[in-house]
Amino acid sequence: MSNAIRERVLNKLREAVGRGDFDVPTPPPLPVQEWSREEKINRLQSMLETMHAEVRRTTHADWITTLKEILRERALQTLVYGPDTALAGVLQGAWENDLPALIPYQQDIESFKETLFNADAGITTTRGALAEIGALVLWPTIQEPRLLSLVPALHIALLEADGIYNTFAEMMGSERWQDGMPTNALLISGPSKTADIELTLTFGVHGPKELLVLILDN
Amino acid sequence: MAETGAVDFQSNVVRALADRQLRGNLKKAMGSLSLKRKAVFSDPEEFEHLRRVGNAIRRRSLSKLPVLLEQLEKNCTANGIQVHWAETTADANQIFLDIIKGHDASRVIKGKSMVSEEMHLNHFLEDHSIEALETDLGEYIIQLDHETPSHIIVPAIHKNKDQIAHLFHEKIPNTPYTEVVEELNAIARKTLRQKFFAGEIGVSGVNFAVAETGTLCLVENEGNGRMCTTVPPVHIAVMGLEKVVEHLSDVPPLLRLLTGSATGQVITTYFNMITSPRKAGEKDGPKEVHLVILDNGRSKILADPQLRETLQCIRCGACLNHCPVYTRLGGHAYGYVYPGPIGSILTPQMEGLHKAGAMASASSLCGACEEVCPVKIPFTSLLRILRDESYAEGDSPHDVDGHGYKRHFTESLAWKGWAVMNTNPTLNHLSTKMLGMVGAFLPKAGPLKHWTQVRTTPKFAKQSLHALAKARGLDDE
Ligand code: SF4
Repeated sequence: MSNAIRERVLNKLREAVGRGDFDVPTPPPLPVQEWSREEKINRLQSMLETMHAEVRRTTHADWITTLKEILRERALQTLVYGPDTALAGVLQGAWENDLPALIPYQQDIESFKETLFNADAGITTTRGALAEIGALVLWPTIQEPRLLSLVPALHIALLEADGIYNTFAEMMGSERWQDGMPTNALLISGPSKTADIELTLTFGVHGPKELLVLILDN
Repeated sequence: MAETGAVDFQSNVVRALADRQLRGNLKKAMGSLSLKRKAVFSDPEEFEHLRRVGNAIRRRSLSKLPVLLEQLEKNCTANGIQVHWAETTADANQIFLDIIKGHDASRVIKGKSMVSEEMHLNHFLEDHSIEALETDLGEYIIQLDHETPSHIIVPAIHKNKDQIAHLFHEKIPNTPYTEVVEELNAIARKTLRQKFFAGEIGVSGVNFAVAETGTLCLVENEGNGRMCTTVPPVHIAVMGLEKVVEHLSDVPPLLRLLTGSATGQVITTYFNMITSPRKAGEKDGPKEVHLVILDNGRSKILADPQLRETLQCIRCGACLNHCPVYTRLGGHAYGYVYPGPIGSILTPQMEGLHKAGAMASASSLCGACEEVCPVKIPFTSLLRILRDESYAEGDSPHDVDGHGYKRHFTESLAWKGWAVMNTNPTLNHLSTKMLGMVGAFLPKAGPLKHWTQVRTTPKFAKQSLHALAKARGLDDE
């Protein structure tokens, strides 16, 4: 039955394209965007901020101190993180009692759902970012699962300044994404938002209410 | 809605035009969406360049459609995504039902998908005692009010916050009345979080499906799409078969065109690329991912060398926002799932001219849609073809269902007479002279009645232009 449907649909399509009467234009290539390292960081920061993300520029040595300061300003109970990463090592080594409780995401979602949906914050690394459009790029992993950047109300993202590309096209081209895509790849440009009621822009709908980006730049 | 017979477009128009609230809401919203779009594409040359790229990508994809779909199927299958084919919306609904029943599930959470609206999936599932809950805020609002979307991007655009405040207060248990937009959002967030938590099956549409890698791409701002495609153990994605693109590198320019045209954003909050179900060791994501590929008349549209350009559409909604007819009527008056200019060219082809042919006449051919369309769909020529088809005899090069539905004896006779009159100089001369003499006394019947209902009756000049020109000594040929 379903195979017959597949064949019928494909045959109709084959017949439709078979006459070869398609006119496919070749447009001139899009201009290549290029910014200096500093320009890329600045552009990314200002675009993320326009989308209501909070951006802090810090260093590999200092980010943990910056993070602790930020967390102390807020009354959070829990911070979920992905275990077995370099980030996790720094967190565990530097954590103190007056900070939100550190919870590793190390079980399957089926048994971790309750904890995750009640968590105040989640922290992840990023694969890079795109200066042109102002977005972070994440490829969630076994260590840092997909929902870590979505379910908790605050998403904290660590970004290496060297990982900022000019454009989306440049990043996927130079990293040869077409050779192997991960289970899930994401662009994130701010906290979740909606304008579905009278086009009034409001932040924090179903995903995080806040996005905090720490740019590590030595 | 409109599945059973022709829509009474005339009365819908009268009703919509009389609704001041609706007209006010729409005017404000469409104006603001147009301005935002303009700010993102402020350089006309750059925009023209980008949309030429978009147009070429879409045309290339359509020219290879069967091959790309097979490649998509092959790569998705290799990645662990189960692919299903549907020729009709009934096929597609049945596929959904079988998967859902196979999991003994009864709670479906949905991200926004116009194809699922095309299928009337929610009603179908409800008839089988399955709760299908819309989770995009706009879709959630209209579902609470048992309505359909009035816009393909902002589905609840016809409602203002007071109406939504009443709706939430009445329909969501224990909800205090508030008109504050932030508070209304918070109510929806709280209510829907529980649904995301408990959802058994997640449903989404597809913005682009990449043949080369077997990747499904989704564009959104709210995060509900990511919730629906990540939290439940099963994800079913549904796409019209034209949504496939060849390369991953085709995605960035189309994405830029889509978000800029739809909401005037350089990028949405999330761009979600899904290539496989949960792999061994991964801790979340659905264990099963299904892709339903729907035809529903698209293969027939593809066969027409001109009308096939309809399938280039990336559903950005810009043509609605800029259409003088849509901005006065709103989406519901059209009577079908896809309103506005895209609906006017797509729906008559999908449903047949005899049912939806009136939509092709819902345009002044002003060309505003053509100017903004990010993939350069030639609306005015397509609308003209469809209008001609409404009167077409057997020898038309096009083959739209229901063609010739408007042709009837008196009208054909009238046009034949008109042709003779205008090709025969003596008759032509006589007729213009006659109109000058008796034009003011023509009875207000037939098409003249509709015309003069909202316009003043034209006054015919005593002398024709030819005669005037001649009198001034000009050569009128
Ligand atoms: S027809 Fe063009 S403008 Fe209209 S929705 Fe489709 S892509 Fe957008």
